Amino acid sequence: MTVESSFSLLGRLTPQDISFVQTFENPVMSEFIDGAAGSVLVIGMIIVAALLTYYRGWKTLWFDWLTSVDHKKVGIMYIVVAFVMLARAIIEGVLMRYQQSIAVNDPGVLTPDHFGQLFSTHGSIMIFFMAMPFITGMINYIMPQQIGARDVSFPLLNAISLWLTAAGAALVMISLVVGKFSTGGWTAYPPYTGIEFSPGEGVDYWIWSISLTSIGSTLTGVNFATTIYKNRAPGMTLFRMPLFCWTSLCTSVLMIFAMAPLTIATLMLALDRYAGFHFFTNDLGGNMMNYANLFWLFGHPEVYILILPAFGVFSEVISTFSGKTIYGYKSLVVATMSIAVLSFTVWLHHFFTMGQGANVNAIFGIATMLIGVPTGVKVYDWLLTMVRGRIRLTTAMLFSIMFLVTFVIGGLTGVILANPPVDFAVHNSLFLVAHFHNMVIPGVLFGMIAGYQFWFPKAFGFRLAERWGKASFWCWSFGFYLTFMPLYVLGLMGAMRRTVEWFRPEYLGWLQVSFVGALLLFSGFIFLCVQLIVSVRQRDQRRVPAGDPWDGRSLEWSNSAPPPEYNFAVIPEVSGQDAFTRLKEQGKAYASPTAYDDIVVPKNSIVAPVIGVGAIALGFALVWHIWWLVALGFVTMWGAVIARSFVTETERVIPASKVRADHEAWLQQVRECATTSREQEDTSANVGRAEVLA
Amino acid sequence: MFSVATTASNGFINPAGPIAEALRDHLIFIVMVMAVVIVPLFIALPWTLWRYRLRTKSGSYQPNWEFSWPLEILIWGLPAVIVVVLGWNLWHQSYELDPYKPLAAAEAPLEIQAIALDWKWVFIYPDQNVASVNEVMIVAGRPVRFRLTSGTVMQSFMIPRLGGQIYTMAGMETQMNLLASEPGQFRGLNTQYNGMGFANQKFITHAVSQADFDAWATKMSDSKPPLNQAAWALLAKPSVLAAPQSFGSVAEGLFTWVIAGFTGGHPHMKADGTDL
Repeated sequence: MTVESSFSLLGRLTPQDISFVQTFENPVMSEFIDGAAGSVLVIGMIIVAALLTYYRGWKTLWFDWLTSVDHKKVGIMYIVVAFVMLARAIIEGVLMRYQQSIAVNDPGVLTPDHFGQLFSTHGSIMIFFMAMPFITGMINYIMPQQIGARDVSFPLLNAISLWLTAAGAALVMISLVVGKFSTGGWTAYPPYTGIEFSPGEGVDYWIWSISLTSIGSTLTGVNFATTIYKNRAPGMTLFRMPLFCWTSLCTSVLMIFAMAPLTIATLMLALDRYAGFHFFTNDLGGNMMNYANLFWLFGHPEVYILILPAFGVFSEVISTFSGKTIYGYKSLVVATMSIAVLSFTVWLHHFFTMGQGANVNAIFGIATMLIGVPTGVKVYDWLLTMVRGRIRLTTAMLFSIMFLVTFVIGGLTGVILANPPVDFAVHNSLFLVAHFHNMVIPGVLFGMIAGYQFWFPKAFGFRLAERWGKASFWCWSFGFYLTFMPLYVLGLMGAMRRTVEWFRPEYLGWLQVSFVGALLLFSGFIFLCVQLIVSVRQRDQRRVPAGDPWDGRSLEWSNSAPPPEYNFAVIPEVSGQDAFTRLKEQGKAYASPTAYDDIVVPKNSIVAPVIGVGAIALGFALVWHIWWLVALGFVTMWGAVIARSFVTETERVIPASKVRADHEAWLQQVRECATTSREQEDTSANVGRAEVLA
Repeated sequence: MFSVATTASNGFINPAGPIAEALRDHLIFIVMVMAVVIVPLFIALPWTLWRYRLRTKSGSYQPNWEFSWPLEILIWGLPAVIVVVLGWNLWHQSYELDPYKPLAAAEAPLEIQAIALDWKWVFIYPDQNVASVNEVMIVAGRPVRFRLTSGTVMQSFMIPRLGGQIYTMAGMETQMNLLASEPGQFRGLNTQYNGMGFANQKFITHAVSQADFDAWATKMSDSKPPLNQAAWALLAKPSVLAAPQSFGSVAEGLFTWVIAGFTGGHPHMKADGTDL
């Protein structure tokens, strides 16, 4: 570092780091794509700002959303972040499939550097800024309502977690316009990501965006676990909780224990890069394999952090749309817990090829296969839940069924990879790429889309258009198979991941099929957007004010759609599993409570957005070595925390009379609603009051 | 289509040696055992969806049916049995196919030291005192023992048609034992992403007869330049080579010296591989 740059007001930032300048100076295809992506981001933000101004939405945005600590709004904002990031990462995926499909003995359209950034951002975004916010948002929205709580245990902390995650996502987005992102993949293995081999700002973008979100997720884990342990309604014993709450609990515990190694690993890598440490360098006692161990000590539980909430969604969706209680509830709980515990014992299978002894590999291989037992049990439990039910093939149900079929194929290839000798042959290959997409697309993304279809009417008060949902489903399903089955074959043929150019003509056909599949996957995403737009426009014919459009079984269906900010006018008493179904059968659903009490809810707070903005500034300044801004960002974040400790009035009271008036009005409305049979589910007759089946 | 394409391929699915063949057979064995739990699902799921559909006339509706001991024992027991079978198999295969394990053969293995660089592979033949870059010469039918390290970031060494892969790491040595059954040419590569030249980091493996190998080594010794400090400094710079290179002699202990360069100048072993 020169003296000049270390004292510059903008640190290492120069005009040449702005992507449009690069495109202007070097107008080749790869730079053009990069510039176009940056333009889409900038123009998109301008359009959003213009629309907000035109519709006078800034006030609503600030007071009803950004400063809100209501778990439902925080949850929805998490999912908005997930959708925005999904849009970017899925386009990156398509772009990579396109590059590979034309780059057989041909350099294609992307430079190796651009391609490296694409697979790094694609992976990092999909895991940390798509899947994580999606599951966190889903748990945020649903879990407190399922256990009969009015909010999470620490509402402000919840908003802070959101803003830390959003700050990380913002950094990744900023890297599209200012500077470059890492080319070290989502795992960022040193020494390649060390300062010697990756001297630019890219890895620093990765480090700080991941550090911020990993701290946010740790706090989320603490918050959710405390909520489930402490905030359950009377009678809601652990073994009466819906399965989604069980999987949320397991995920929260995993977050608490598994995020820490990641935070530590990224900060150690930062010390290597910024302060000349030698944790993971080639020389002076550094050892890159310590990083691999730390990373996967996080990375493997992370797989289950993501997939368990989706398992919870599938349990709820399959049970509801089969009109039947879940089969083998306790068995599923035991299986979920077993998976959570075992997930900490298998991390080494990510690097069987490190050169350790056969006994170490064998033990971790067998531990890995053991996870297959509870997972297999779950698959059959879901199947048996459908048996003797009344199955309705709604969009959410279709995604769940396609998950079952597809996930077992991923399970098969997982068991193949669990075998150290076979792993030696397919490690780092496209077979591996196909495998983990085979787990996370059906396992996580299908789960989240199913949950989104299932709970959307609860959150917004109207049903989504099934026709577009099903169109999207078919695109996602065929798209998945077309994209990733060829990758399995290519992996067996010796094609490796992260390859920008091929030299083997026999790969060509498979790569082309895979690209067509990627286009279908993208169409699936577009149809989801169309579905949302169409449904919003038809919202008046799709309203479900009574709040129970699917004949739901758990407590979140017992209140209005959308629910009041306090969720429950009176905290329900729970007498067994499937709490709401029980109330409906006993004729106690929609009965007027005998008494109402004042309800205390947390006030809005600007602390979380201030911390978020401070975090963006801090991260950006660290990336570009702008030291004054580092100090400012740090002081802003902690200043907000300290200032908050002087605020004494953090809650407000909603008087019992207001609660009574609102709730009784809603109950009156429900009683006037006609009940809907399951055959009428997808018609305008469905206003959210389900016919009770005798 | 699948079998034609894969047979023509350079993957382990089209093996050219006993290790790759064992890996392929092992893969097929796992798929067949796993089919025991997977195939029933593929049959039962469509059947269930049809029989218990909403407008059905046949399937009985029992919304509170939630448990059955016989089924429970079956769905826990069957996967457990399969894991025991596969686990037993895995345990033995892990030892059997340990890349460090010397291969059983009448002849002593051919010794080759491989050093990963950006973006090329250097192969040193200590017994012949020659070296080659981006191509490696082995003897068909004779085991070859690779000792591997990296002069740069972590990489992963693989010749797919002969067997699996192993990481190469700076300051450390890993090993891989392979055997090509017949003469032929096989693609080898680094599988671990290491930057801009990653896609180009390939090498050709020539499996030839012992006589051809000896002739090749002699010819190299006689006609090629030495791999000395100056030549090494040039190789160690990140670059993609247009064509393979050859060296007629190698600076003594180069492999050990490369490892020692990362371990503070204190090599933990002598050039012949024995501990100090």
